[in-house]
Amino acid sequence: MTNPTIFVPKPDREAPAQAKGFLHWLKHHVFNGWFNSALALSLIAIIVLTVPQVIQWAFIKATWVGDSANCKTSPDGACWSFIAAKFRVLMVGVYPAAESWRGIVGALVLAILIITTITNHLKGKVLIVAWLLLPVFGYWIIGGGFGLNEVDQSSWGGLMLSVLLALVGIIVSIPLGIVLALGRFSGSPITKSLCIGFIETVRGVPLITILFMSSVMMPLFLPPGFIIDNMLRIQTGMIFFSAAYVAEVVRGGLQALPKGQFEAASSLGINYPKTLYLIVLPQALRHVLPPLIGRCISMFKNTSLVIIVGLLDFLGMIKSASLDSEWLGFETEAYVFGAVVYFSICYSLSRYGAHLEKSDPVLQK
Amino acid sequence: MKELFQFTKVSALILGLAMITTTASASTLEDVKKKGVLSCGVSEGVPGFSNPDSSGKWVGLDVDMCRAVAAAVLGDPTKIKFVPLASKQKIIAVTSGQVDLTSRTTTWTMKRDTKEGADFTAVVYYDGQGFMVRKEDGIKSAKEMSGASVCVTTGTTTELNIADYSRANNLKLEAVVFDGKKEALNAYASGRCDVFTTDTSQLASLRTTLKDPENHIILPEIISKEPLSPLVRHGDNQWKDIITWVIFGLINAEEKGVTAANAAEMKAKSTDPTVQRMLGKTGDLGTFIGLDNDWLLRAITSVGNYGEIYERNLTKTLGLERGVNQLWSKGGILYASPLR
Repeated sequence: MTNPTIFVPKPDREAPAQAKGFLHWLKHHVFNGWFNSALALSLIAIIVLTVPQVIQWAFIKATWVGDSANCKTSPDGACWSFIAAKFRVLMVGVYPAAESWRGIVGALVLAILIITTITNHLKGKVLIVAWLLLPVFGYWIIGGGFGLNEVDQSSWGGLMLSVLLALVGIIVSIPLGIVLALGRFSGSPITKSLCIGFIETVRGVPLITILFMSSVMMPLFLPPGFIIDNMLRIQTGMIFFSAAYVAEVVRGGLQALPKGQFEAASSLGINYPKTLYLIVLPQALRHVLPPLIGRCISMFKNTSLVIIVGLLDFLGMIKSASLDSEWLGFETEAYVFGAVVYFSICYSLSRYGAHLEKSDPVLQK
Repeated sequence: MKELFQFTKVSALILGLAMITTTASASTLEDVKKKGVLSCGVSEGVPGFSNPDSSGKWVGLDVDMCRAVAAAVLGDPTKIKFVPLASKQKIIAVTSGQVDLTSRTTTWTMKRDTKEGADFTAVVYYDGQGFMVRKEDGIKSAKEMSGASVCVTTGTTTELNIADYSRANNLKLEAVVFDGKKEALNAYASGRCDVFTTDTSQLASLRTTLKDPENHIILPEIISKEPLSPLVRHGDNQWKDIITWVIFGLINAEEKGVTAANAAEMKAKSTDPTVQRMLGKTGDLGTFIGLDNDWLLRAITSVGNYGEIYERNLTKTLGLERGVNQLWSKGGILYASPLR
């Protein structure tokens, strides 16, 4: 007997040199056809022409320490010492220096809350209650009262004010939006038409109009001696604006629920509040979490509009810092810094939204 | 908690439950004294007039006028709340009582003083449209600008003024129009036009942003009238008098050489009857406006006389000369009524 010959296939030949590697990738993805080649070449040209200039300006020729006189000696470079000198006002505005620690404490509490939320250390009711308490805490730590010195709202400012306006706006508007959305589904024609009326009116006007109404027009309708701070009027306006949009987002979630869920609950004898609380809302809100995160992002960006009604928020402080008579002429640096800060906050929020979508099995359907 | 309380007020209002109590509005002076703080509307940022500095303290000429009033009325220039106001709010905020006083680069016009329910007090700065040219062009007066191209902002009175001025003086100026002040300035800096024009108070601060500010000069001519004055609510004459006379007092103090540093000493030693009246050593000027006799002394020691305020905010950092804002006795048009 001879040993059976076992068939051993030859190893695969390597792909031909033209079909692999970086050059191949370049050829098939970047330079396939004259149009894409031209596009790629012109983009490369733009990058080569601009990026070195930007790096020169932002890093190599930049001034990092000193005052505005130091910066004027290197006019082709950025003046980052301007941002350093203005850092405090950009963060907290004209907030009294002796009370600045309160802004830091507020930021720390917010950071802890965010981290524990992302890492899933806070769950369920505790999570919701903690976030719902945040606006109260924010107003207390910044505004004072109950053992802290009172700081008038006219001196709140900077990034602190932007974050506060956005956070309070979104957190208060979510429950309000849910109520409005449920009202839209309600059987009572009066509730229904009131809710629809509110939602459609607010959604039908731009935010700027609401801000102008609340800051310029509202004082005219108030009785004499009845004074509400500008900031509080604007905060209320922003909450209403956001609530109308949240209501529409939540309505989407409610409509996505099959009718059978309601019917099953009724047939089991579960009353309406419990149906909402145990069956409808958990499912509906889960569906609309990503668009709600989107609302948060746009709410944060919307706060920059308050500059036109005289609040010195982050953007307002950027503008006013670049008008300081000792530091005139550095608005480019100020706006670049502002863009970086806005981008990092909004991008982080949007990444978190994407992460939620990926990790939640319900949302992956 | 104050905020919570105010929140309740807001909700009450929105629910239509706010009681419409038209209590006859008490005098602003009483209100301010009761609150213990003067709320003063300022702009969100005009270099030299009002702006937060790097430490978050409000500085500027408009701001110092508020501090002087706080010092005169409340005895302390720090008992003050600065409320940044957007341009559209500046009149409504004061007429509706949101602020006690607006000191925000506001031009005194007939409509604002009458129809819009505000009362202007006294001019703190005579602004007006001026011109900036390159030094190398050798122009010394606006009348020599014949045939020049002028960078100007579109849709403002600036553009109309320049057309009027050109026609009136037969200068054949060519207006090159831009959307924003910054764009117009950049075009001027890059040589697109020979002349840049806007309000003189801003010309100075814009000049410092140029790469070579020393190569540009601001011409002496001013071709429009923009008297800037703080304003109060119409109908409270006593309060208006207080603001008016604090401002007049600061200007009179400059005339008499009373400064922040020497005011207390002059009160003790000066033999000039005007100075004695001004600083409350003799007479009872303060009682005429419901204050005590040291009102002006406090205002001067806390912010200095008008000249010191001007020097600190406009000359030192922005290089703005006194020009027409010089005292009448020194060739300007600053003329404050006498304190007696």
